[in-house]
Amino acid sequence: MLSKNKTGWLLLSPTILILVLAGLVPFFYVLYVGFFQWNPLAVDPSLQFDGFASNYRRLIFDEIFLESIWRSIKFSVVTLSIELTLGFLLALSLLSSFPLKSFFRSVHTLPLVIAPIVVGSIFKLFTVQGLGPLPHILKDYFGYTLNYGLNAEQAFWMIVIMDVWHWTPFVTLTLLAGLSALPQDPYESAKIDGANNFQIFTYITIPMMVPVLIVVIFIRLMDSLKIVDEVWMLTGGGPGYATRFTGIHIWKEVFEKRYYGLGSAMSILYLYITIVICWVLYSVMVARGKNED
Amino acid sequence: MKTKKTFAKIGTTFLWSLLTIITLFPIYWMILVSTRTPVELFGKPDLSPTFFEKVHWKNFTKPFIDGIYSDYLFNSIIVATSNAALVTVLALMATYALSRFKLPGSESIFFWTMTNRMAPPAAFLLPLFLLFSTVFKFGDFTLFDTKIGLILLYCVFNLPFAIWLLKGIIDGIPRELDEAMIVDGANLFTIFRKLILPLAAPGIAVTSLLSFLFAWNEYLLASTLTSVYARTIPTGLSEFVTTTGTNWGTMAAVALVSMLPALLFLFAVQKHIVAGLTFGAVKG
Repeated sequence: MLSKNKTGWLLLSPTILILVLAGLVPFFYVLYVGFFQWNPLAVDPSLQFDGFASNYRRLIFDEIFLESIWRSIKFSVVTLSIELTLGFLLALSLLSSFPLKSFFRSVHTLPLVIAPIVVGSIFKLFTVQGLGPLPHILKDYFGYTLNYGLNAEQAFWMIVIMDVWHWTPFVTLTLLAGLSALPQDPYESAKIDGANNFQIFTYITIPMMVPVLIVVIFIRLMDSLKIVDEVWMLTGGGPGYATRFTGIHIWKEVFEKRYYGLGSAMSILYLYITIVICWVLYSVMVARGKNED
Repeated sequence: MKTKKTFAKIGTTFLWSLLTIITLFPIYWMILVSTRTPVELFGKPDLSPTFFEKVHWKNFTKPFIDGIYSDYLFNSIIVATSNAALVTVLALMATYALSRFKLPGSESIFFWTMTNRMAPPAAFLLPLFLLFSTVFKFGDFTLFDTKIGLILLYCVFNLPFAIWLLKGIIDGIPRELDEAMIVDGANLFTIFRKLILPLAAPGIAVTSLLSFLFAWNEYLLASTLTSVYARTIPTGLSEFVTTTGTNWGTMAAVALVSMLPALLFLFAVQKHIVAGLTFGAVKG
């Protein structure tokens, strides 16, 4: 019989092996390549070293890259605020009873399971000029021209609307699960003390929901920072650079221009920013957990 | 007071009806497009439903019977099913180890597995592409453009999620039950078969369903790491964008077909799927 810990490690080993090979090894590989100039289509297709961190030095002044990061962060913050507000209101409304509630909730879960690439297709079919009903409706009834193939501002907001359509249900259902699990005693005492609904919401519901809210923010932020599929399908990153989020920008630099070295350095910076945001939120979570103990 | 409540009810119902229309309208339009000929789609959008005998079946037969989309569909089924099976088995083993043994550093290992899910896949495209096509080489065999490559790779995001889901469930099975069985001389395999599997069955089912769904839905990695033989249905869907003069009807048909498994699951086990997707978040 194996010793107890050995059995444990044995059970864990396949998982660790796969995650090292497909997670850690690529990370170190991309870190390594990031220090070189490497373009397989160039005259000299080998790795070339031209000074320490030359790629990173270039990236700090690479406006298109920096803008793509700024765009991703702006997008994440905008969608997160809309989805949180909407999701919270919808979750609260689902606590009361009204006709057809379970039907409405079922339909609301639908976007959750649809693949991002399919969501992109659905929106493309729905909003593209010449085919989709949305540009027609907007034109005929509101006199508004929707053509995000040409209008940068519209393209960005179209992606925001698509993301809200796709992910608000996740926020709603998670917050609903959190709301349903809240203890009832504080509410009863508050009612006895004569608090009104608004006071109950701000002084009881919100503080008690903070742990769930942080987790929702965490998950949604990580997901929207890595958005690629649906944007690729809907706008392809255009027009111009209007919807070129960091993930798409890296894909284009690496697989269209074949800037392997520079693309790797971008990947590392992208990862770094994600990790920093992630880590800050995680520390907040841990700090709150400690306060409660 | 009572009328006020009725008003609130009417208001909520009205808002939710509006929301339901917003959710369903784009999907309804996609279904309409998939039933129409290119000529019918030309001009002003016609929102009236298509009658069954007027459905333009060529939108479905052209990609799936005459074209290669049945191969893509087959690849997707193989990749998603095998990945879900592999992930469920490995995650069960790993979770049992994390939950029952006092391994040094198991907290850090748990956190490290989670980071694999949070990392943006776009950052790993280049190294994975190079590793798949040139480094992990066994004679003539490379992982690039193979189903086995995708099956293994999808573990990166599915394993952490599965471990996360299963941990709560296995932690919930009292340790005393294991220990009683060990005293009776049961080995690990018997404990799994007689104790863990029956008690955690619903959780395991949800885990494998969601793993299947994530693998089925994945696009970015599949599009970069396959070229001809292992392409999955999402990559096939994206091919419609690059071609000039998109055939919208066919595209809608492919999108509809690739949505089907998700819809089936949702109708069959909606409660569990939603619980699975929101489970960890609520546990905090």
